[in-house]
Amino acid sequence: QVWQIRLDMHLLNHDGNITDAASIAGIVALCHFRRPDVSVQGEEVTVYTPEERDPVPLSIHHMPICVSFAFFHQGTYLLVDPTEREERVMDGLLVIAMNKHHEICTIQSSGVVMLLQDQILRCSKITAVKVGEITELIQKALENDQKARKEGGKFGFAESIPNQRITAFKMESAAVDTSDVEEQAGEIIAKADPPSEVFASPVLHTPGTAQIGEGIESSWGDLEESEKEEAAEEEGESEAAAFECEKVETEDTSTLKETKNEPIVLSDSEEEEVVILEPQELPRKTR
Amino acid sequence: AAPQGRLLCGPGLRRSGAGLLVTKCGLLRHRPAGGGAYWVDSQQKRYVPVKGDHVIGIVTAKAGDVFRLDVGGSEPASLSYLAFEGATKRNRPNVQVGDLIYGQFVVANKDMEPEMVCIDSSGKSSGMGIIGQDGFLFKVSLGLIRKLLAPKCEIIQELSQLYPFELVLGMNGRIWVKAKTVQQTLIIVNILEACEYMTAEQRRQALAKLSGN
Repeated sequence: QVWQIRLDMHLLNHDGNITDAASIAGIVALCHFRRPDVSVQGEEVTVYTPEERDPVPLSIHHMPICVSFAFFHQGTYLLVDPTEREERVMDGLLVIAMNKHHEICTIQSSGVVMLLQDQILRCSKITAVKVGEITELIQKALENDQKARKEGGKFGFAESIPNQRITAFKMESAAVDTSDVEEQAGEIIAKADPPSEVFASPVLHTPGTAQIGEGIESSWGDLEESEKEEAAEEEGESEAAAFECEKVETEDTSTLKETKNEPIVLSDSEEEEVVILEPQELPRKTR
Repeated sequence: AAPQGRLLCGPGLRRSGAGLLVTKCGLLRHRPAGGGAYWVDSQQKRYVPVKGDHVIGIVTAKAGDVFRLDVGGSEPASLSYLAFEGATKRNRPNVQVGDLIYGQFVVANKDMEPEMVCIDSSGKSSGMGIIGQDGFLFKVSLGLIRKLLAPKCEIIQELSQLYPFELVLGMNGRIWVKAKTVQQTLIIVNILEACEYMTAEQRRQALAKLSGN
């Protein structure tokens, strides 16, 4: 003959992560439960009523507690103990059940996320910390209850509601301190690497000359010179600049050849930095 | 003297023999109109499908000619593709998994799987159908929905002074809101959620602060 025990869980209200809450409720209920005392003498089994002998607790060897992790963006972001809204949009969920001796009892992974080994190790470390805290809380609550019963004080579910020890229908949302958000944001921006040089369009080779696209080599040599000189004068450039521009003009063919090898930035690109890979730089993949 | 006419026994009450039994905890309400009606005004968040209720459902699967919708009950509801206005075998409605549907129950009892339609008895859609893109769906308690659906609800009138927005209320505790920008939408969502616990005075203060900004 054995004892059979049944645990029914009624969900009154939730804001996500029912697994964790239910695991805590279940294990606490089992630890708190008292069964009638029994004495066995040979074949005779006597079951004592609670009035005859104090009921005895179940022999619970360890307290496994579940901790859930929600993943977003293919494992980039990790949230411990997700709320209802976070659960609805998460990519994947990892549930680790552990006891206070850091023994993993259950690992369950669901969703469409692929996890790396070090991610799972990190999650198990977080679980160890959380489970330690929760187990301590449970022990303290059980002790308080036992003390209250011994001293004849009030105890139980109905007594806990008015003291706000059980959140009845509503939980105060945690206030987020946004007082120094601007400073923090400023710090982050200051510490970050400065953005790479923006290749403005058109590309300026020297003051007074600009290049948009490649273009065909001009056959109107004289006209271009005078055009560019006029442009330089309009911009208020010095004669030295104009002289340079002439020099560039004579070296036109050579610069054109050079620019053909350089990455040419065309104006319409939205990218700040356009990197064109040279064929010989690409790593050769061996099959 | 007892009023003439049939006395209606509403939600939370059940006839047993000659008397009435109360099956839910809450406030007993009475409406003298008609023959008189008694019901228990209870607060709960879990929805049980009731025939005739207009609800917001989320499409979870397409099984042949029938869509499976999650309405927050114990079972998914079924919705035939022909139950839309102007739908024929050739002209199917464009419903994808994950879409929101506003419809009403034609079959909802404890023995059968609930069935929904998006047309009323005359074949017109009368506001039901696929709810558009964007917007935000969230859950509240059933009591708040009933309060918001009451005629001349103060909360909705005060909110409409704030920003223009679209609102769909499902009797299964789901509300869909869409305003011009994401921020406005979220502000309305937060106010509606907080309305459950705020008094009328606190609500007016909060709205005054928002419209002042």
